[in-house]
Amino acid sequence: MEAFLSNIDRVVDGFSWTVRLTLLSAFFSFILGILLTAMRVSPVPLLRGLSTAYIEGIRSTPLTLVLLFCGLGLNSALGVSLADSVALDVFWWAVIGLSAYTSCFVSETLRSGINTIPLGQVEAARSLGLTFTQNLRLIVVPQALRTVVGPLGSVLIALTKNTTVASVAGLGVQEASREMKLMFDQGIAPVLPTFVGFAIGFLILTLPMGYFFGWLSKRVAVVR
Amino acid sequence: MTSTPLVVLENVNKHFGDLHVLRDIDMTVNSGEVVVVIGPSGSGKSTLCRTINRLETVDSGTISLDGQPLPAEGRGLAKLRSDVGMVFQSFNLFAHKTVLQNVTLGPMKVLKQTKAQAEARGMELLDRVQIGNQANKYPAQLSGGQQQRVAIARALAMNPKVLLFDEPTSALDPEMVQEVLDVMTDLANEGMTMVVVTHEMGFARRAANRVVFMADGQIVEENTPDEFFTTPRSERAKDFLSKILTH
Ligand SMILES: Nc1ncnc2c1ncn2[C@@H]1O[C@H](COP(=O)(O)OP(=O)(O)OP(=O)(O)O)[C@@H](O)[C@H]1O
Ligand SMILES: [Mg+2]
Repeated sequence: MEAFLSNIDRVVDGFSWTVRLTLLSAFFSFILGILLTAMRVSPVPLLRGLSTAYIEGIRSTPLTLVLLFCGLGLNSALGVSLADSVALDVFWWAVIGLSAYTSCFVSETLRSGINTIPLGQVEAARSLGLTFTQNLRLIVVPQALRTVVGPLGSVLIALTKNTTVASVAGLGVQEASREMKLMFDQGIAPVLPTFVGFAIGFLILTLPMGYFFGWLSKRVAVVR
Repeated sequence: MTSTPLVVLENVNKHFGDLHVLRDIDMTVNSGEVVVVIGPSGSGKSTLCRTINRLETVDSGTISLDGQPLPAEGRGLAKLRSDVGMVFQSFNLFAHKTVLQNVTLGPMKVLKQTKAQAEARGMELLDRVQIGNQANKYPAQLSGGQQQRVAIARALAMNPKVLLFDEPTSALDPEMVQEVLDVMTDLANEGMTMVVVTHEMGFARRAANRVVFMADGQIVEENTPDEFFTTPRSERAKDFLSKILTH
């Protein structure tokens, strides 16, 4: 355990990258998820089709493949670069891959929330003269969000853990599990305590998330 | 009473798949008139109401409001809808908004009134339907009758040219029916143009200028309430009335 603790700054550094990956990917997948959902429920068949195809396509692709496609396909093979240093470049590609993947789950979650909103309220809003986007923004999304706060928390937790794929999927992005593997490889940390230590690290990140979203979903629940 | 046509339906037809729900409907509602629509379940009453503010599209025929044909979509349609108020059987209040917010949303977002304007007028309307003291509650905290009165205030806040009611009292416990009918009767007496789908004959007799009887997607008979309820002309109407009068 001492060997593990003496390397605690590396552990913390690893997790700091995990947090950065998680927060940025969460942000972008949320925005993209809302967009995909708006398209999915829009009255325009083309938008609905595009959104459905995207979601079904990405959702059935393993995350490893999505990240490999971003890292090896777009970044290395096609030479699309997002930052000057290699480390930052792969970092941003990982953010893109994680966002592209997670947005599907955000969107599916939002859509399940939308389905809980009685159609009558949407019709009432239409009959007042609200446009489609006003209806979404003022009536549908606020209520859908409230019902999906809990499930969105689960998506965020899954995303947090999914960031570990970014290092194994050939991108070599800096994050906690990569740091752990490096420590093993360099023989500077005993295996068992290090495993436990990192597992606790993830617990420290995700447990509060779970409790926070649980608390939030109770607070914002719409009385029906 | 003036007799300017306000809502005019001409030769309107509507299908749901193979089902012919509205057949050659011709109907005129004059300004200030109260028309009660009555008929057996499935006869197309709700569909008729919903085509007037284009919650349902029609297959053929024309519907016009105040001389203008209904716009197909976009801003024009939203404007039309704000001129046609609708009160639903299941109230359909916005569950995440307070009573007052339910009433001010349309005026602020569609009519672009300021919050102060909308709230002043909203409180006035809520007082009028005797629910002003509940303005800051959420819909789920109110009884059905109270919710329906809020829904009426919400529709009125848009200053609509015509109000459509689709069985506004059918979802209510019996003891709450009257409070809603009273509000509707007051509106009728004040000259509001109304199309009301209802089986409440007391209301029809008291407030309606005309009863329209529908069956199988057609308007079978139109008459004054007195004439219709005492001496219906068609067999369908006689049959229907004998059923609702005996239960
Ligand atoms: N969205 C829809 N899709 C398919 N069929 C529908 C739809 N809405 C209504 N119908 C059918 O159209 C017919 C007319 O329905 P409508 O709701 O207008 O009748 P109604 O006179 O209002 O009946 P009720 O008294 O039961 O409310 C019914 O047979 C109904 O099943
Ligand atoms: Mg009906």
